[in-house]
Amino acid sequence: MVDGFKLKILELLKEDARRSPALIATMLGASEEEVARAIEELERDHVIVKYSAVVNWSKVADDKVTALIEVQITPERGRGFEGIAERIYQYPEVKSVFLMSGAYDLLVEVEGKTLQDVASFVSSKLSPIDAVLSTKTFFILKKYKQDGIIFEEREGDQRLVISP
Amino acid sequence: MIRDREQTTTISRPVRRSMSDYLSNGVRSIKPSGIRKFFDLVQGRKDIITLGVGEPDFVTPWHVREAAIYSLEKGKTQYTSNAGMPELREAIAAYLADRFGLHYDPAREIFVTIGGSEAIDLALRALINPGDEILVPEPCYISYSPITSLSGGVPVGVETYAEDSFKLRADKLEAAITPRTKALILCYPSNPTGGIMTYEDWLPIARIVEKYDLIVIADEIYAELTYGARHVSFASIPGMKDRTILVSGFSKAFAMTGWRMGYVCGHPELIGAMLKIHQYTVMCAPIMGQIAALEALTNGLEEMERMVESYNQRRRLVVQGFREIGLDCHEPQGAFYAFPSIRSTGLDSETFAERLLMEAQVAVVPGNVFGRGGEGHVRCSYATSVAQLTEAIERIGRFVEKLKRG
Repeated sequence: MVDGFKLKILELLKEDARRSPALIATMLGASEEEVARAIEELERDHVIVKYSAVVNWSKVADDKVTALIEVQITPERGRGFEGIAERIYQYPEVKSVFLMSGAYDLLVEVEGKTLQDVASFVSSKLSPIDAVLSTKTFFILKKYKQDGIIFEEREGDQRLVISP
Repeated sequence: MIRDREQTTTISRPVRRSMSDYLSNGVRSIKPSGIRKFFDLVQGRKDIITLGVGEPDFVTPWHVREAAIYSLEKGKTQYTSNAGMPELREAIAAYLADRFGLHYDPAREIFVTIGGSEAIDLALRALINPGDEILVPEPCYISYSPITSLSGGVPVGVETYAEDSFKLRADKLEAAITPRTKALILCYPSNPTGGIMTYEDWLPIARIVEKYDLIVIADEIYAELTYGARHVSFASIPGMKDRTILVSGFSKAFAMTGWRMGYVCGHPELIGAMLKIHQYTVMCAPIMGQIAALEALTNGLEEMERMVESYNQRRRLVVQGFREIGLDCHEPQGAFYAFPSIRSTGLDSETFAERLLMEAQVAVVPGNVFGRGGEGHVRCSYATSVAQLTEAIERIGRFVEKLKRG
């Protein structure tokens, strides 16, 4: 289990992964060694899986098309959904896979350069998998917020520069 | 009637040469705030980092804003009762009991004001007769002395010191008391110093208040913003509740400065007197703000605690930052200000702040605007982003280094 101290470190890194152990130590009133050790442990235990940038791809000239696909599958005896999920997440086009409660089983996020790319991924790779019963594809038109981060550029600090 | 008229014609009328001759002596006696001058210097500059802001850097939590929006949609645009919505007063009573162990009757001992500022004005106006002396521990928030003067009172500064962590000392307080002393204004946690008072710190102050039969106006607007020990309200000290006019509000704790929502609690006779002025001057606080405040008290405590934790992290960052660049900085334990000493630079606080702004593009507030004991310090708000704070401290560091090299 992750203790309160590590939880605070995680929150600070989630806000900005480039914060140094020295800065985090100051902010939490701890020593730099304690923080460095905690981060090492979090990395070792795969609590911190990776540090990566949140990119607003719609600002990049070479735009991408993203779709969310609801997938119904027949679970395998003994392995449930694990084997199928693994088959699906191996594809580099697949950006995320979630096991869901409700009307379908897996929610798969697929990224491609064009609509056709995504459509052909679904028809030639995803649907033919034996256990896959059905798919429903929804294209994302605009991302407003992802992982708690709002994409739209908002007005900065609106406070008076000096106030009593 | 005729005699009256004859009389008026014989009275010599004062000669008024300019518009300012029409102004009351009260308003002429007060000077514009020293902060104003700085504000003008900084206006419109985009290149500066400001540590001069006296308000949270958070926007009011969404659920609070949404509650106000829904209330407008439902057409809640009327006056409320003079004292404020009964539900809100009850929520304030429950909140004060829960957080600070204070017990006020929402029907007779609490009312809602337009910010803590209105409450301070009302309290002073309700108490002061011409010539009454009001004790003001300094450095302190800038409005106590001018409002006292405006009400015909005489503000009497009581200095507090960095070496005491800007706590109010009983001996200094007692030395300032005269037969004309009527009231004492307390602002802890302190703007601008970040100083706090503990239960033990309050006891000798309470003895003096009792001994000299004073009334206390306790401006506890920063009560939720303490780091380590919980704030101890002066009204919670045994025997002090009836002598204390407690002023507080939603601005700092719930990031609601622009809503102008405050409240005041105290003895029913004092509250009744203040309510009388409130009723004739502003009628009531705006209803949309009251609805937002009720939402903040009902569902906003968790979010508030998250904000306090974030201020605390930044507090540690600036205090260590100032110390590393060689500025003495007492450890602030409340509000969101650090009040480092700039004496080692050889500059007075106004020159330091002005040159820092011009030469290093960082805005701070010179300590001298906060009254006695503020000279030699600058107020730096740490309610700004970690990235900005880090950059500001680097710039101040380079500036101080340059001063030392001469």
